[in-house]
Amino acid sequence: MIYFDNAATSWPKPPEVAEAMPHFLREVGANPGRSAHRLAVESGRIVYAAREAICELVNAPDPLRVAFTANVTAALNMAMRGLLRPGHHVITSSMEHNSVMRPLRALEREGVGLTVVRCSPEGALNPADVEAAIRPNTRMIVLNHASNVSGTILPVREVGRIARARGLLLLVDAAQTAGAYPIDVQADGIDLLAFTGHKSLLGPMGTGGLIVGERVDVSQMEPLIRGGTGSRSEREEQPDFLPDMLESGTPNAVGLAGLEAGIRWVMLRGVDAIRAHERTLAQRLMDGLQEIDGVTVYGPLDSARQTATVSFNIAGMEPSEVGLRLDEEHGILCRVGLHCAPAAHKTLGTFPVGTVRFGMGVFNTVDEVDAALAAVAELAREARR
Amino acid sequence: MSEGYAVILVPSTSHAIRAEKVLLAAGIACKMIPVPRHISSDCGVCVRVGRADADAARRTLEAARLEIEDICDV
Repeated sequence: MIYFDNAATSWPKPPEVAEAMPHFLREVGANPGRSAHRLAVESGRIVYAAREAICELVNAPDPLRVAFTANVTAALNMAMRGLLRPGHHVITSSMEHNSVMRPLRALEREGVGLTVVRCSPEGALNPADVEAAIRPNTRMIVLNHASNVSGTILPVREVGRIARARGLLLLVDAAQTAGAYPIDVQADGIDLLAFTGHKSLLGPMGTGGLIVGERVDVSQMEPLIRGGTGSRSEREEQPDFLPDMLESGTPNAVGLAGLEAGIRWVMLRGVDAIRAHERTLAQRLMDGLQEIDGVTVYGPLDSARQTATVSFNIAGMEPSEVGLRLDEEHGILCRVGLHCAPAAHKTLGTFPVGTVRFGMGVFNTVDEVDAALAAVAELAREARR
Repeated sequence: MSEGYAVILVPSTSHAIRAEKVLLAAGIACKMIPVPRHISSDCGVCVRVGRADADAARRTLEAARLEIEDICDV
């Protein structure tokens, strides 16, 4: 079996992740931040260690400015809905996932101005187009760090410079990059980093978070959810400090134990080494696919400008049929169709049919790429008949 | 030299864990304990240090830009 669906969820996970979670359930178990007995404190330490790990990975200075969430979608909603108000204007790209686009379209109906900056057919964004879209009431720029459809990497650092110069907040959706591509929130000028645990950070599902930078005035931030935090219990109002103001309710401590182990594994291996391996796989796959008659590959076609996520189609065969046959006849697991990103598909010219997506990860191999190329070549031969 | 303990009250358990790390790194002995009932009815934890170390602890935490709500002798 070849698992090529890492852009949706990475698999397998490092053994350390698979050990940290049962360890938590068997030996710790208690509620972090709710009581003060030894197991509660140990649970709190495990959650705190996950804060430190993500901060270390992306060079964020303060572990207390990490708000954990169930996934990147919750973190993105927290940032956009928490900070944007009717009368504000927000800029985003045409390569966004629906985790950004749907909340922004809802805010637009409520009176937030929205500009979607057009990207090239390869999914590339020109930072000058972002700058040209800035209005006097613009508050935020929201960018997908890398497309979940074509893998195209967007110029976050260049846009970060523009955001700093113009006094705007930059929110980055790092779903496809955290753990697979270097991120330095300070050097990149990222004010709000939304991440998910279950992709390249190699943690379990149900983990993610928002890193809130120093330029964000949290007194202007509205929590999406209010409730018990284990702090300020004498008051009936939500705490006004991070992380508690954004972390109501019992957190997924068992998941965060796994997430910390995943992030530590990524740092031990090294993001640069992971990136180099994934670039090798991506370039080999793209070069091979382009040699097959009837196959169209989307995106930059250059591993330097994208992640190890590659979208393609076979002429004469629907993506859904390609996906089914890859699974049943070749044991290759991938995703097909529209990848929750209609704007990106329109930009790439693959709407409404969608694409076949191979999302490769750190545990994939060159041999697997070669086997997949042979399988696609066989399907393409059949489709030509 | 004064005897006994002081407790450092911070906004949350996360802050307490951070404070403990910062203090231990600075060589100041400390322990996380439940907030004594006579100080606050909060359900959280605080950081206990030797009374003689209280001033040094305050300076260390302030230098680390960690929010302190109060330091009380116990």
